[in-house]
Amino acid sequence: MFETLILMLDATMRVSTPLILAALAGLYSERAGIVDIGLEGKILGSAFAAAAGAAVFGSAWIGLCLGILASVSLAMIHGFACITHRGDHIVSGVAINTIVAGLTVTLSMYWFGMGGQTPALSGDARFLDITFPFADALQDVPVIGAIYSNLLSGHNILVYLAFAMVPLTYWVVYKTRFGLRLRAVGENPHAVDTAGISVAFIRYRALIVCGILCGLAGAYLSTAHNAGFLKDMSAGKGYMALAALIFGKWRPVPVLLACLLFGFLDAVAVRMQGVEIPGIGQVPVQAIEVLPYVLTVLLLAGFIGKAVGPKAIGRPYVKERA
Amino acid sequence: MPYAIELRDISKRFGAVQANKDICLQVPAGTIHGIIGENGAGKSTLMSIIYGFYEADTGHIEVDGKRVEIRNSQDAITAGIGMVHQHFMLVDTFSVLENVILGAEGGALLKGGVAAARVELQRLANEYSLDIDVDAIVEELPVGLQQRVEILKALYRGARILILDEPTGVLTPQEADHLFRILKALKDQGVTILLITHKLREIMASTDNVSVMRQGEMVAHRETAHTSKEELAELMVGKKVRLTVDKDDAKPQDVLLSAQNLSQFDSQGVKRLKNVSLTLRAGEILGIAGVSGNGQSELLNVLSGITPMDEGEIHFAGQVINAKSPRDAAQMRDLKMAHVPEDRHKMGLVTGFEAYEAAVLGYHNSLAYNGKILMNRKAMLDECNERMAAWDVRPPNPHLKTANFSGGNQQKIVIAREVEQNPEVLLIGQPTRGVDIGAIENIHEQIVKLRDAGKGILLVSVELDEIMALSDRIVVMFDGAVVGELDAKDADERTLGLMMANAHNKEQEGEEQEGVSA
Repeated sequence: MFETLILMLDATMRVSTPLILAALAGLYSERAGIVDIGLEGKILGSAFAAAAGAAVFGSAWIGLCLGILASVSLAMIHGFACITHRGDHIVSGVAINTIVAGLTVTLSMYWFGMGGQTPALSGDARFLDITFPFADALQDVPVIGAIYSNLLSGHNILVYLAFAMVPLTYWVVYKTRFGLRLRAVGENPHAVDTAGISVAFIRYRALIVCGILCGLAGAYLSTAHNAGFLKDMSAGKGYMALAALIFGKWRPVPVLLACLLFGFLDAVAVRMQGVEIPGIGQVPVQAIEVLPYVLTVLLLAGFIGKAVGPKAIGRPYVKERA
Repeated sequence: MPYAIELRDISKRFGAVQANKDICLQVPAGTIHGIIGENGAGKSTLMSIIYGFYEADTGHIEVDGKRVEIRNSQDAITAGIGMVHQHFMLVDTFSVLENVILGAEGGALLKGGVAAARVELQRLANEYSLDIDVDAIVEELPVGLQQRVEILKALYRGARILILDEPTGVLTPQEADHLFRILKALKDQGVTILLITHKLREIMASTDNVSVMRQGEMVAHRETAHTSKEELAELMVGKKVRLTVDKDDAKPQDVLLSAQNLSQFDSQGVKRLKNVSLTLRAGEILGIAGVSGNGQSELLNVLSGITPMDEGEIHFAGQVINAKSPRDAAQMRDLKMAHVPEDRHKMGLVTGFEAYEAAVLGYHNSLAYNGKILMNRKAMLDECNERMAAWDVRPPNPHLKTANFSGGNQQKIVIAREVEQNPEVLLIGQPTRGVDIGAIENIHEQIVKLRDAGKGILLVSVELDEIMALSDRIVVMFDGAVVGELDAKDADERTLGLMMANAHNKEQEGEEQEGVSA
């Protein structure tokens, strides 16, 4: 039983990683007042760019840089539409998702001719799992050994980075000048403007951070979790992250917990495949996979408490006569 | 000695509108300088230029005799200019402290800046009696204190010139008095104050000099000691105006509307309306006085059927309306109860609609506006044209979007819509909020005319002058309950002011402040 739990938690960490990165990306964006339905597109774009880069240059790190570059570029397009030209955030985000879904497949066919995939990655072209010191030695110590060696040790660097991002984000958002302005700009941009700060500049910076984090999430998918890019490999993770963001009420630690919950449900779903539960029979995998969405809908319907987002979210900032 | 601030030939044009034309203004250091003018006279635009929200097309600004370029708010702050906006520029979910340091954090990390701000705010609090709990969340503070946060924000940035835009609109008379004491203290410390207002009384009571704006131009400068309310009012509108409303004594007749023990709870279960009982007779104007947010809005909403009451009942048009048998807003309209909501942007109009569309809202199902299937555009347009002529709505263009009319003209559209339906009872909230003097006169006349035609009018207003000028009877509300009623003849500002603050306890404000959780 304990073994199973450790295995499931281990899977949870792996599955949650892109969710955590993307949800934090959304947190920066939405706290600044920019709705980011385009998380999905940025993840997918980065996954492709990272896999392509890693395949061509043989280095996961170069792939990661290219992934981040692709994702930040997409974020800047979103910013140009929403901040500079005051476009509708949802329309711009959906447009990005649609473009990226088509473009990644088209480009990979053109460049690699493998039916929309990139070449399989191996060796340095992937982020490999890191084994903690003494992990093997402690393997057989009861409880602690299992937790240390099997759960905590043996993930790739991006997994640890994702978890480290949570306290870092907390610190940035609540303890720094940038964070104060970020939160203010999502609540009342007029207050920020009259305090002599550029609203647009802060929102662009928030989107750059958002792009970087989505870039990490995408690179994780194609160069760490998998070994190459597959068509539509983001598979709704961006939307799931957005749900986790709302579920966690736009706060770093609750968002982490929401991501872990969603990741855990995913791990359970995999585990439950074909398993007979006494008295119920075989539970369809879809029934468990749908749980994160059901939870989010329940939350939005107000059953689990009110999710009050940043007040100025989704509204372009227009100077008005005071 | 150079002037603290001097404007030279400032002009600003928005499309076809010349908002400011060749404005010159000289303000000596350490004085309180009033700027008055009707809505749309260009006061706010001018202040926005000084504070760097807009750039002037021509002209320049000098501070302490030196020419300054103000391209954005940061430039204005650097030049020592601070502004208290009419609609506070505060982040509601932030603490007082966070609001004050926003934009002046003193470093990339908040820690040091926060500590320094605490010390500095304490000093400012002592010096100018601007006490405040710096850890309180802004949205939980009463408006008077929120305004104090705005003042502190400006002072924290070292402002030597403070602009206040319509600062007393949201305050009780007592809070306003306190504000003026603060301004006096600031002045004594050498701070120069620009006070924008349309309230002549405040200009007379607190300023050293006053400048008058009309239609984008600066039309006069006066020393306050050498002018009078009447002269200023005349300068503002360019013609003689009456500040009082001419009306005969009321001849109240049968009771049209009576409400007994109305109570209402908000979504959090807080009782917003507390056992309110009142009666309204035909041929009288019943004024509801009170500081904004003391249950008047809830009362209007319950009476008009917008929100159902939780307790109590209303007798109107031969019907008994209570929680078990409520009427919605459309049904109340059918019973000939018209309602001019307090907030015309949120409830009175659809600002994206053209004027003729907005002019039938609420009555859009009426046969007069409908054909068999489609709405009868021609009927709507004809009627709108007629009303625009009768009510002097400017510009008289039924196809103009309501958002593009001035506040006064928007209000005329709303009031005309309700009054022209010939209601028995008219509920009217803040009829002249954001409306210029010329239109105020017109609206007041129409209200009195309706009364003289034997209708009952329930007037909610936070403007004491308006309540006193129009009402025949006055009911005062505080904290959701009726705290007093008096004949308009016996009412004066002081009595009403004290009743509005719930009978003479000013200490309550302090308690409330302590009760706020940080």
